[in-house]
Amino acid sequence: MAILSKEEAQAILTKVLSYSKADECEVTLNGRTGGNVRSARNAISTAGAVDNVSLAVESRFGKRSGVATCNEFDEATLRRCVQRAEEIARLAPESPEYVPYLGAQKYLAPSPAAFAAATANITPDYRAQQTAASMKLCEQKKLSSAGFLNDEAGFIAKRNSKGLEAYQQITNLEYSVTVRTPDGTGSGYATADYNDASKFDAARLTQIAADKAAASVGAKAIEPGKYTVILEPAALVANTDASLLAALMNALDARNADEGRSFLSKKGGGNRKGEKLFDERVTIYSDPLNAEIPTLTFSGDGRPQQKMTWIEKGVVKNLYTTRFWAQKAGIPDIPRPGGWIMEGGTQSVQDMIKGTEKGILVTRLWYIRPVDPQTLLYTGLTRDGTFYIENGKIKHPVKNFRFNESPIIMLNNLEAIGKPQRVGGNLVPPLKIRDFTFTSLSDAV
Amino acid sequence: MKRRDFVGLSGLAAGALFLPSFPGLGGNLVTPEQLLIPAADVALKKRLADAALNAAKSAGASYADVRIGRSLNQGIFTREKQVQNIQSTESYGAGVRVLANGTWGFASTNTVSEAGLAKAAQLAVQIAKANSKVQKEQVKLAPVKGHGEVSWKTPIQQNAFEVPIAQKVELLLGANAKAMDNGASFVNSALFQVNEQKYFASTDGSYIDQDIHRIWPTFSVTAIDRASGKFRSRQALSAPMGMGYEYLTPKAADKVAGPAGSDLVGYKNSYDILEDATAATKQVKQKLTAKSVTPGKYDLVLDPHHLGLTIHESVGHPTELDRVLGYEANYAGTSFATLEWRAKKQPYGSKLVNIVADKQQANSLGAVGFDDEGVKTKKWDLIKEGMLIDYQKIRDQAAMVGQNESDGCCYAQSWADVQFQRMPNVSLQPGKTKLSVDDMVKGVDKGIYIAGHGSFSIDQQRYNSQFGGQVFYEINKGKITGMLEDVAYQTNTLEFWNSCAAICDESDYRFSGFFNDGKGQPSQSSAVSHGSSTTRFNGVNVINTARKIG
Repeated sequence: MAILSKEEAQAILTKVLSYSKADECEVTLNGRTGGNVRSARNAISTAGAVDNVSLAVESRFGKRSGVATCNEFDEATLRRCVQRAEEIARLAPESPEYVPYLGAQKYLAPSPAAFAAATANITPDYRAQQTAASMKLCEQKKLSSAGFLNDEAGFIAKRNSKGLEAYQQITNLEYSVTVRTPDGTGSGYATADYNDASKFDAARLTQIAADKAAASVGAKAIEPGKYTVILEPAALVANTDASLLAALMNALDARNADEGRSFLSKKGGGNRKGEKLFDERVTIYSDPLNAEIPTLTFSGDGRPQQKMTWIEKGVVKNLYTTRFWAQKAGIPDIPRPGGWIMEGGTQSVQDMIKGTEKGILVTRLWYIRPVDPQTLLYTGLTRDGTFYIENGKIKHPVKNFRFNESPIIMLNNLEAIGKPQRVGGNLVPPLKIRDFTFTSLSDAV
Repeated sequence: MKRRDFVGLSGLAAGALFLPSFPGLGGNLVTPEQLLIPAADVALKKRLADAALNAAKSAGASYADVRIGRSLNQGIFTREKQVQNIQSTESYGAGVRVLANGTWGFASTNTVSEAGLAKAAQLAVQIAKANSKVQKEQVKLAPVKGHGEVSWKTPIQQNAFEVPIAQKVELLLGANAKAMDNGASFVNSALFQVNEQKYFASTDGSYIDQDIHRIWPTFSVTAIDRASGKFRSRQALSAPMGMGYEYLTPKAADKVAGPAGSDLVGYKNSYDILEDATAATKQVKQKLTAKSVTPGKYDLVLDPHHLGLTIHESVGHPTELDRVLGYEANYAGTSFATLEWRAKKQPYGSKLVNIVADKQQANSLGAVGFDDEGVKTKKWDLIKEGMLIDYQKIRDQAAMVGQNESDGCCYAQSWADVQFQRMPNVSLQPGKTKLSVDDMVKGVDKGIYIAGHGSFSIDQQRYNSQFGGQVFYEINKGKITGMLEDVAYQTNTLEFWNSCAAICDESDYRFSGFFNDGKGQPSQSSAVSHGSSTTRFNGVNVINTARKIG
C-alpha cells in the first residue's frame, strides 16, 4: 500500500476531512517503502525493510490545535483518528503563534526526475547483489569493506479545509562505503546518493574508497596549524553527521537572526540580510526542479517551494522563516529549502590539486559539532583519506587533524571552487581554502 | 532528495550520531489518556509470540526471537510564557529476528495478530536465506538458558503519565518565569517521558515481560547583550533518569553543593528545576562578561554532569566490541582499544581509574532486568586500576573473543528495529578515601572547574577529543577566582585518563546521562547513564575558542 497514486491518496484525504467537526482541519498522508543492507568485514551484518503509510490529522478550534496520527485505514480507525485530534485540540492551550491554514496553492509541476521506477522497484536481491559486488572487490584486493545501502520510494499528499491540495512522489538511494586495510593503517571512503538507482554502482564507489585506503597507508605526522586545504564535497556536506556547509544553511533562519541569537544578528537589533559576508564567488540557491537534485515542490506546511537565492556573490539575499514569524516581523514568507546548490566552476579535484603548491587534500570531515554559535565555530576531524600536496601532486598521506573553523571565515578564505557534485541531496563543489585552522593531530585511521 | 524531506513531513526524526537534542517521538500521536491504557494481557502476548516462533521454525529458522513492543512517549515543549507543543505518542508492533542458514534475518510488523507475526517471521527467514548466499561465516550464538515466564519493572514511585498535563506545564512555565524574572532574554524548557512495554520470547524458552520508565526535564536559558550583539546560553544541569515523576520532587539530601565560589548545585536522584533555572540565569548573564581563557595547560576539575560525556565518548564507545571488531567502521568508526592493543597491557588510565559497566544500576537509564535477546543483565568491570580488562558484548560476539557468555547489553530502539550491541551504563567508580570537591580545589594551583555538557567531538578511533562545558571557573592557588569563557580542552584518551589524579568520594557520586545516543545504520537511539564523582585531571591542554567574524 505504500505508494498511493494522487487519486487514491486524495480520495482518502477527502473522506477523512469529511469526518471533521473542527473549525479548520488539515490531513497529510505519508507513505514509504524501501529497504537497507548493512555490511562490515566483507559480510552482510543486518538488512531491513520498511513499508508504511501514515495519516496525520491536525484539527483546530480557534487557536487551539491537536494532531493525531494512525497507520490503518479502515473507516473506524480514520474516524477515531479525527476524533482524537479534536479531543487533543480541545485540551490544548491557545497558541500565541497561531496562523490560519493556507488556502489553495499553485505548485510547480514536480521534476520527472524526482521519482524513478528503478529505485521504486528495488528488491532484496538487488541490494544483496550490489553489496556482494562491493565485498568481492575488497576481498580480491585483500581489503575490508563496510557499507550501507538504503533506498526509499515515497509519496506525500496533503489536503485541508481551506482548499489546499498537494501531492508528490519521490525516490532516493544513498550508499556509503568505508574500505580499510587489514592492518588498520589505511582507510578510504566514498558516498553517493541519487533519485534514480540506475545511476548507482556500488563497485565503482568501492573502487574509489579502496584506492584511498591503499594510498593512505603510512601517513606522516605534520604539525597542526593553518593550511591551504582542498575539501572534497563529502568534507563539506555529510549524510550522516553535521557538516560545515549544512551548518551555514541551517543558520539562515530569520527568527533566530531577529531575536539576536545568530551570527546573522546585528549589533543593536535586526539582522544582516543584504550584507556581504562571504567571498564574492559564493552563490548558493535552491531549486526544487533542478534535474540533478529534484526535491518536493511544497514544504511541510504546504507553502510552495520555488527557486530561491540564499547567498549571491557573497551577499546574504534571503532568510527562511515560519509563517508566524514572517507575519509578525513583516518579512517575506519563505520556507526552508529541501536541497541547495552552491555554484562552482569546471575544475575537478585533480585539477585543483595540480594548481596547489602546498596544501592538504581532505576526503571527509567527521564528528563535527558546534563550539560557538556566535561565530558559527565548529570543531571536527579529518577522516578516511588525508593527503599532503606539494607542487601540484599528492606527495604522501598525513595523519588526521582536528580542526576548529567557522564556515563564515572559511568562505572568506576561498582560493578556488571546483565542479559541483551531488552529496546529501545537495550540489556541492570541492573548495580550496587558505588558512584553514587545524588545532591538533589525531592518531586515528 | 534527502531523507530529511521524508522525516520532516512525516514527523519522524532520524537518529543521528549522539545528538544532545530532543529525541523524536516516534509512533502515532494520541490523547494523553491513551498512555494510561494497560498493556495487552501477558497470556495474549505469549500466544502471539508463539505464533511467530513456530512460523519461524517451520520456515527453517534454527533460532528465533520476537519482541512485542509498545512504546509510549510524551513531550511537553514551552518557551517563555507559552506552551509550544504537547505530544503524546504510542507505537505498537512486533519485530522478529531469526537465524537461518547461519545468517540473521529481521522483519517487523504493526499488524499485531497471530497471522501478522507469522508473516513477519516468514519474511525474516526469507531475508536471512537471501543474505546467506553471500555470507562466508555462520553466526555463533553464546548459549542462553531459557528463563521461562518472568517479568521486570523500573521501580518508579509515580508514573509520569499519571500526572496531569496541567501540573507538568505549570512546572515548566514556573521554571521559565524564574529565568525571565531574573533577566533572561529567552528560555525554552521541555519534559520528556518514556515508557517501554516490552515482551520478549525466544526459541530458547524465555517469555519476558518488562515495563521500563525514563524521564528527562531540561531547559536552555539565553542572555543577549543587544549593544555588543553577544549572546550566551546555559543548559539545565539535570540528568535524564530511569525514574518516574518523583525525580521532579526536590529533596535536600539529593543536592550537592559545587565548590565554594562557584554558585553551582549538582543533583542526584531528584531535581529542582526552579532552583536550577534561577541559577542558570544568573550564570548566563555572568558568561556575557566573563574573562576569556588564556590557552595553556591546566589541571581540570570536572563535575559529574560534565564528566559523563567524556566517559561516554572516550570509554563507553571505544569498549563496544562491535566497534572494536569493525562493524561500525562505515559510520562512527572503529576503536583504538583493539584486542591487540589490550594484549599489550598498556594502561588505559592511572591506577585510580576503575570503570564498570552496569545494566542494573538503580535509577539509571540503562537499567533493565533482561536485554533484548533475553539475557539477564549484570554488572562487570571494563577498566580495573587503569587496565582495560573487558569489552561490552552480546550473544553473537562472545565467541569472537573466546568467551561463551553475553554481557546482556543488546538493545533495539523499538519493535520496528533490529536489536544490536548498545552501551550499558558506564561509570567511573568514586574514590575510596574521603575527599570533598572543596578539598580537591584547594590542592589545585592553576586550574579550571567545568560543569555541564558543552561541545563534544572525538575521532573515529576515539583518540583525539575536544570538550566544552556549560560553565567554567578559574582556579588560582586553591581558590575559585571567577568565571571564564571560550574554554575547550583538547586531549588524547590515554593521556587524559592517565592524567587522572584524584576522584572525590561516593558522597559526591551522581549520574549524567543521554536520552539519545546514536549508533548503527539505520541509526538507532538509546539511553544511557554515566555515574562519577568530581574528578581531577592534571596538565590538560585548554584552547581558547573565541573568533572574530566580519
